[in-house]
Amino acid sequence: MNRIEALFARTERKVLSMFTTAGYPALDDTLRVCRALQDAGVEMIELGFPFSDPLADGPTIQRSNEQALANGMSLKVLFGQLKALRDNVDIPVLLMGYLNPVLQYGVERFCAACAEVGIDGLILPDMPVDEYKETYQALFAKYDLRSVFLVTPQTSPERIRMLDEITTGFLYVVSVASVTGNKLAVDDTRKQYFQRIHEMKLKSPTMVGFGIHDRQSFEESTAMLRGGIIGSALLKVLETSKDIEADVRSFVADIRPVV
Amino acid sequence: MVYHVDQRGFFGFFGGSYIPEMLVPNITELQSRYLEIIEDASFQAEFRQLLRDYVGRPTPLYPARRLSEKLGYPLFLKREDLNHTGAHKINNAIGQILLAQRLGKRRIIAETGAGQHGVATATVCALMGVECFVYMGEIDMKRQAPNVRRMQMLGTKVIPVTSGSRVLKDAANEAMRDWIAHPEDTHYILGSAVGPHPFPDMVMRFQAVISEEIKTQLPAQTPYQLPHSIIACVGGGSNAIGAFAHFLDTPSVVLIGVEAAGKGLDSGETAATIARGREGVLHGSKTLVMQTEDGQITEAHSISAGLDYPGVGPQHAHLARTGRATYVSVTDEEALVAAHELARLEGIIPALETAHALAYLPRHQAGPDQPVVLCLSGRGDKDMATYCPEA
Ligand SMILES: Cc1ncc(COP(=O)(O)O)c(C=O)c1O
Repeated sequence: MNRIEALFARTERKVLSMFTTAGYPALDDTLRVCRALQDAGVEMIELGFPFSDPLADGPTIQRSNEQALANGMSLKVLFGQLKALRDNVDIPVLLMGYLNPVLQYGVERFCAACAEVGIDGLILPDMPVDEYKETYQALFAKYDLRSVFLVTPQTSPERIRMLDEITTGFLYVVSVASVTGNKLAVDDTRKQYFQRIHEMKLKSPTMVGFGIHDRQSFEESTAMLRGGIIGSALLKVLETSKDIEADVRSFVADIRPVV
Repeated sequence: MVYHVDQRGFFGFFGGSYIPEMLVPNITELQSRYLEIIEDASFQAEFRQLLRDYVGRPTPLYPARRLSEKLGYPLFLKREDLNHTGAHKINNAIGQILLAQRLGKRRIIAETGAGQHGVATATVCALMGVECFVYMGEIDMKRQAPNVRRMQMLGTKVIPVTSGSRVLKDAANEAMRDWIAHPEDTHYILGSAVGPHPFPDMVMRFQAVISEEIKTQLPAQTPYQLPHSIIACVGGGSNAIGAFAHFLDTPSVVLIGVEAAGKGLDSGETAATIARGREGVLHGSKTLVMQTEDGQITEAHSISAGLDYPGVGPQHAHLARTGRATYVSVTDEEALVAAHELARLEGIIPALETAHALAYLPRHQAGPDQPVVLCLSGRGDKDMATYCPEA
């Protein structure tokens, strides 16, 4: 079974997932950060491959992208590092990023490389749904890669149903109309939105993300959903960290104690 | 061959809409409504009236006598510099503000490079009494300072962009981010024929008034029925596509786009995307893009802020691929020389962007009976610090 599905089948409690940027803070930190996350109790990782123009991201992820690129990160370098992925972590890992680097690498070659190193799924937010259905869906399936789609507070109910049908692995519930990294406040409007998603009884597990930064925002935003994803808040910790393992451990423990 | 957009928002291989889900509601709304709105008679009436009474259209098609003598072929300048605010950008800004009103949007955002599109957008927002925010790269704010002050006087908030390379590409990123954060009340007046569908087609439609006028002015004012060739500078490609639009399906008319070579095509500091780009995705469309092997967008370089962009409109990528239009390039140096020459020979100080199209003219092949039309996209007031640094 694909590791993502196995994870949702195995546990009833809220799934804690984190996003980090490959090649950040230092080029060779990719697997070190992944292992630190797993050791700290994180259950799923979205590993971002950097892009020069991350137009859905706020300043924190922009900076991590710039730094990773300056460090020399590229898809080629990343797949080299990821050869040792499954010697280091056994939790599900998805690659997340913008479409252009994937197109330049070659979509099939990219999928094959993902399968070879043990990547479980992809999140490509600027990949058009039509193009996915026509070309990429079959390719991703061939390499046993899940493909995660996003919904936002402005997504119409019909489109949410459609995205729930085509998404695999889980459905990414964007918490608020914003780029990444703005601290989320779970007010009544947010609660109604999460409630609305909950009541739609979607077939896919729902993971909420964007702006989750502490225990309160994690607990409140996941109350009616399957789990949550934290990105910028983790990158802020990594940005200034002198001891990645210890800092990741205490950051994750603040969000949710290890069981 | 079809040169226009298809049902799915593509020009052949190029175009489409490669956007994150956060932008889908706004883009879908535009895709489903733009044609119905633009083609409506009341829209057309208001658009045409503003172009006439406010912008000052039609702009003259001026026979450049002294320059023609020098070049050996009859040259006509399509005087977009005489538009209100000094460039072709206002044609699109008027069209989009009328569209935004019909969509019920009360907040306007825009990106700008040279500041001409920013000034045009600030102007139409003042005219309509709506709030306006313009994103502009920090570097461009310095090199086009007069336009920053114009926007501010018009009541627009100019937001300096400090991310990335701090020029036009980054300003467009920030405008997209703003739109993501304001999904309901905001319209993004994109300033060139780039971006996700329907922007390239929509901007082309608003700029097409340039070629519509050329098509009637030339036979009315000269012995010629049709231009032999049309020449325009290409940043994102809006003035060029506007000047080409009504001649796309007339194969005898030679279409030439002039890109900014910067310090030279192979200097590593260039903005000639069609010459040096590969297929890729930038700002929501599949087009030609200057990028690394890994698909990272590279920084463009041009002395002209309005051409300093590593992508190009998808319709131009298609016209280049199909051979319908030809794209050439000129360097920073050549553009500067051409600007000074036009000033001395015709008494017209062109924008630095336009100066690129002018610099190509001596290389252009045309005979004494072959009328050449050049789109004089803007005036050079904003560029005085570059043209005459001591002053
Ligand atoms: C006068 C003028 N011409 C040309 C351009 C380039 O844009 P486009 O290629 O969209 O016409 C600009 C952009 O700022 C401009 O100000």
